[in-house]
Amino acid sequence: MSGPMIEVRNLTRAFGPVTAVNGISFSVARGEVFGLVGPDGAGKTTTLRMLCGLMDPTSGEMRVAGFDTVTQTEQVKDHIGYMAQKFGLYGDLTVEENMRFYADLFGITGQDCEDLMANLLKMTRMEPFRARPAAKLSGGMKQKLALMCTLLHRPQILFLDEPTNGVDPVSRRDFWAILYQLVKDGLTVMVTTAYLDEAERCDRVALMHQGKFLLMDTPQVLRESLPEVCYELRGDDMRSVRDRLRQLPSVSHVELAGNSVHVFLRAGERETELFAAVPGASFRKVLPSLEDVFISTVRNAGAARDAA
Amino acid sequence: MNFERIREIIVKELRQSFREPRTRALMFIPPIIQFLVFGFVVNLDVERSKLAWYDQDNSPASRELRASFESSEYFIVTNTPSNPAELQDLMDRESVHSGVVVPPGFAEDLARGRSTRIQMLVEGTNSNTASILVNYASDIVRTYSSGRMVDLITQKRMARGGQIAKMQAPGIDLQQRVWFNPELKSRNYFIPGVAVNIITIVTLMLTAMAIVREKEIGTMEQLMVTPIKPIELMLGKTLPFAVVGLFDLTLIVILGILVFRIPFAGNAFLLLGASILFLFTTLGVGILISTVSNTQQQANLSTFFFFQPAFMLSGFAFPIRSMPEPVQWLTMVNPLRYFVEICRGVFLKGSGFDVLWPQFAALAVFGFCIITFSALRFHKRLD
Repeated sequence: MSGPMIEVRNLTRAFGPVTAVNGISFSVARGEVFGLVGPDGAGKTTTLRMLCGLMDPTSGEMRVAGFDTVTQTEQVKDHIGYMAQKFGLYGDLTVEENMRFYADLFGITGQDCEDLMANLLKMTRMEPFRARPAAKLSGGMKQKLALMCTLLHRPQILFLDEPTNGVDPVSRRDFWAILYQLVKDGLTVMVTTAYLDEAERCDRVALMHQGKFLLMDTPQVLRESLPEVCYELRGDDMRSVRDRLRQLPSVSHVELAGNSVHVFLRAGERETELFAAVPGASFRKVLPSLEDVFISTVRNAGAARDAA
Repeated sequence: MNFERIREIIVKELRQSFREPRTRALMFIPPIIQFLVFGFVVNLDVERSKLAWYDQDNSPASRELRASFESSEYFIVTNTPSNPAELQDLMDRESVHSGVVVPPGFAEDLARGRSTRIQMLVEGTNSNTASILVNYASDIVRTYSSGRMVDLITQKRMARGGQIAKMQAPGIDLQQRVWFNPELKSRNYFIPGVAVNIITIVTLMLTAMAIVREKEIGTMEQLMVTPIKPIELMLGKTLPFAVVGLFDLTLIVILGILVFRIPFAGNAFLLLGASILFLFTTLGVGILISTVSNTQQQANLSTFFFFQPAFMLSGFAFPIRSMPEPVQWLTMVNPLRYFVEICRGVFLKGSGFDVLWPQFAALAVFGFCIITFSALRFHKRLD
């Protein structure tokens, strides 16, 4: 299939008076890893559920793998894998039984099923745990099992809703390594996450806030997009430094990050005032992190709304 | 419909149910406990009730009356208080269920041909048992006094130099003949109802729980993105518990016949047919409950709210004909009522389909409506 794997136009979903998703549009190309980032309640899960055909939109159009999610739900389901935020595994069934259950529901049987399961277990290094009940797996292993269950019917698009929530850093790295391998084989991935370091791993990222996309681009472009200039300052007692810098009219905001601060100089302002405020300190011009960009964007959106 | 997928759900469901200790217990232990409780413990029959005998007269006549109480199988005299306080104490502590007070002068009154009185005190907290006791006691007293009257009249005639022959007391003798439960055992009345009770609770609860559990652990959302159809999921979820319900029912019937010697006069296949028909209702309600519940607690509560009134109004323990008329009308829309009637009919009376067809028809209508309604509500969407 040529053309985008996911195409969304003016998607809106209201729950009574609350508009969870408010007129978003985007498309995702084959083999792309598309990240959806935003605070809790931004509408990320609702968006994914609609894309998987679990919910109907209030208005707007969605095509997934070329099929309309409302009228061709069953065809859509054949082409997608969906890993819900709280992926359900049958705790009293073993790893293998869980996998077979989903395989059977998708009608995958016989040698085909055996080969597929063997491959997946090998890729995720889960072979030794075949016979272990799912309830007795570690968080990271549960996540891998969930991923395997969604991959059994060879989907072309994978929807992952906060897949690494509550998983330790090593397992997260593992998980992403597996994802990249799948993407190399042609899988398209749409993932929501609250971790911005994960967002940096995506090909493209959209920042969602109160049902709308505030930003959408590659992580690199997004980091360069801020009109403010960012300086990093390291040293002791950064808390009081932050408080002092905040008073300066030329500074738009200051973020504390461990034993360093990121200072954002308003567009067009000169550095003299800033450098004079903390004598002897070494300021380093840095590219803002995605976190900086998102916090700044969400803050500006809030300010704009308050002004309106 | 894809039978592979239905089979897969059933296999998974059974596997889980048997592996999970709580569900495994829920399937078989409560039915057996209930059955034993109703069979052995819940017994409205009054036998060998404890009686306190407070005899203030202490005469041959009063001892004779006491003997006729004791020779009945309904009373045993366990205490003979010597003052009112002692009797009161026995009643307060529930050491006895009733007490009889024979006043002084009892024998003298009788000897002079005067009418006399004795008092009976009955522990009335259980009104049913109390009225049964009073009935038994008045039977005994009536028999005793008509015996005395015959003696008295005979004596008077003899005193007047009449015939020696003993006179026959004129009167009507009521020839009682109890059908269907000749020994009047409340156990026979209860056990068929217990079968209904158990099959309802097991299928209702297990179905609702099985579906809600999937919602709780999040697998429902996952199942929705598989190609499985709602009807397949519904069948896969209900069939295993239908089988468990029928198994429990069979167990109860066999145990009832073997352990409690309940008469089984009717046709077992008729009962099986009725049970299958009835399962449409309970499984349907189970699904319905699962569609409105998000947690197992909610499902439990909803089950309780459905089951409790349905059970009370089924005629299981409280006869429908003694309910207020509006409530009697209400029981017409209670599917449990019809199944209780069928069970009792088949068990005790050996009724056939020719008699029970209205109940079968009612069950069929309820089953069809409820299962259709819940199937329509059981979507594969989250909202």
